[in-house]
Amino acid sequence: MAATPLLELRGIDKSFGPVQVLHDVELSVYPGEVTALVGDNGAGKSTLVKCISGIYPIDAGTVTFDGRQVAIHSPREAAELGIEVVYQDLALCDNLDIVQNMFLGREKVRGVVLDEPTMEQMAGETLASLSVRTVKSLRQLVASLSGGQRQTVAIAKAVLWNSKVVILDEPTAALGVAQTAQVLELVRRLADNGLGVVLISHNMNDVFAVSDRIATLYLGRMAAQVKASDVTHSQVVELITGGRSGNLGLPPEKPTDFVDITPGADQ
Amino acid sequence: MTTTPTLETAGGVKVVKPTVASHFRDYFGRIRGGDLGALPAVLGLVILVAIFGSARSDTFFSAGNFANLFNQAAGTIMIAMGLIFVLLLGEIDLSAGFAAGVCGAVMAILLTEHGYNQGVALAAALATGVVIGLLLGLLVSKVGIPSFVVTLAAFLAFQGVLLNLLGEGKNISIPDGFIKSLNKDSLPVAWSWALAVAAVAGFALIQFLRHRGRARRGLVTEPIGIIVLRVVGIAALLLVSTAILTQERAINPAIATLKGVPIAAPVIGGFLVLWTFVLGRTTYGRHVYAVGGNAEAARRAGIPVDRIRISVFVIGSFMAAVGGVMLVSRAGSVDPNTGGSSTLLYAVGAAVIGGTSLFGGKGKMIHAVIGGAVIAVIDNGMFLMDFSSGTRYMFTGIILLIAAGVDALARRRAAATGNR
Repeated sequence: MAATPLLELRGIDKSFGPVQVLHDVELSVYPGEVTALVGDNGAGKSTLVKCISGIYPIDAGTVTFDGRQVAIHSPREAAELGIEVVYQDLALCDNLDIVQNMFLGREKVRGVVLDEPTMEQMAGETLASLSVRTVKSLRQLVASLSGGQRQTVAIAKAVLWNSKVVILDEPTAALGVAQTAQVLELVRRLADNGLGVVLISHNMNDVFAVSDRIATLYLGRMAAQVKASDVTHSQVVELITGGRSGNLGLPPEKPTDFVDITPGADQ
Repeated sequence: MTTTPTLETAGGVKVVKPTVASHFRDYFGRIRGGDLGALPAVLGLVILVAIFGSARSDTFFSAGNFANLFNQAAGTIMIAMGLIFVLLLGEIDLSAGFAAGVCGAVMAILLTEHGYNQGVALAAALATGVVIGLLLGLLVSKVGIPSFVVTLAAFLAFQGVLLNLLGEGKNISIPDGFIKSLNKDSLPVAWSWALAVAAVAGFALIQFLRHRGRARRGLVTEPIGIIVLRVVGIAALLLVSTAILTQERAINPAIATLKGVPIAAPVIGGFLVLWTFVLGRTTYGRHVYAVGGNAEAARRAGIPVDRIRISVFVIGSFMAAVGGVMLVSRAGSVDPNTGGSSTLLYAVGAAVIGGTSLFGGKGKMIHAVIGGAVIAVIDNGMFLMDFSSGTRYMFTGIILLIAAGVDALARRRAAATGNR
């Protein structure tokens, strides 16, 4: 599809003390595409997302957003660029309604008074642009919504701000079959609206259902970033579990790749 | 659901078209789902008034006693209003009672021993409240001590501060003036009516403007019937109350006439409007609910959670200071027990009986007023029925237990129906 990536990471390193979690990671996110980020537990998916969203500083490497190199130091800066993250545990307030949740922390005001009509209108338009056409009321408490509807509100909250890249952390992990289909459809629609979408998932069916590209992390390294149509289900599983599959993926491990973390060994 | 009438709102999202009937259906649905709000307190108030009214119809239903209820409840309601902010975050302030006492004592000492004027003394009392709140809030949010412990320690310490300020149990009477009339005197009859009519007109205007603003944007509006019902209800309540309170209630009108709305009533009303506005219509209020509902979500949304936590303690102690002023004004003096004994527990009780949750995230300012009224009516009615104060405490305790029980059961019910 689009030739230039919207978000491009090059040579990202990240260590926590002596433990290096990310090694020379590369990732490209294209507008209008869903890039699936897969990997086993501990492969570094969450760390990578937190580096992109500015929660963790990166040790080395470059982040290019929309053609220019950027440094992201906080979630707020990421949001200002147009990068939004929808976390697994949703981060919605049960005691607030749909509109209140969507504008939480970024309320529209007129003077000192909350501008409820404007917020309600924008929330309605955003939901409509995502083809969410039936809710009982925009003023319904989030507590009374189903899991799929809650996920929809969380995603709508992320796209409300003309964001360009939306990162979804396991959006279907806690959902049933019908609701999963509903959310995946929404994920696809985000990309069709021209956004760059990063989908983190453990579920291969979900990944193949909506993704254009698949990026596989293996022990903190980017094993491969390939088009979804070029690989099979089992190749991706091999990449996740072994870091390579046939001629794809990381070269065979050499002992020099291992970092000696024995205390005092570097002395 | 296919037959439910729908309409399109902003951007073409289909929503259920609200009607008067659907409004009531929703309300009963919420109640069945465990979202009781102030309903138990209102019902309780009606039942209590009926019981005391039938047992002591001559004294309980007199205009004098009605006026008296405002003065009795004012201190409790003020402290309860501050506590609602603290409770909305799931915290507690056990020191609010003696904070009220300390602030009242500061005011009384400045008035009498240092001869400051009323305005300075009042401002000093309120400033003392703010400082106390700042201290409590910093200890809870920055040091990380649970609010129960911080305020329990403060409860003990402030009791001591009050004793020391008053020089081991002295009783300081405050001079006549503005402060003393706050919770003692009444407004002139003309002022009483003017205020009541202005309040009704203001309420109706706000309701109308909101309706028109939403209709103009093509948003879902409340059915006009509900708005009319609400305005008529408020008008009836305020105007009937004013009619009763503007009757002569002096025992011997020939000596001194006594009529008009107690000044305490507009003080309560003013703070009710102020804090309802702050909680419901400002970004700050929205953030208080958000932190109380899900602190992690609030933090991720960029809300300064620590500062919100400090601020609710500041508002809590500030309102405790206002409550202290009202208590001192009513008694005409400060003694080591001002703000002591049952003051704090009545205030917490008022908030909880009114419908504010002890678990955070749920509560409104009106709960302080309704709950405070329940407590004042129990105290007042049982006194008129010649129950001993021991029995009165026991009865109030049982009512509080019932209220907290209703809150806990409603939460369980809400969890079961997926409303939480």
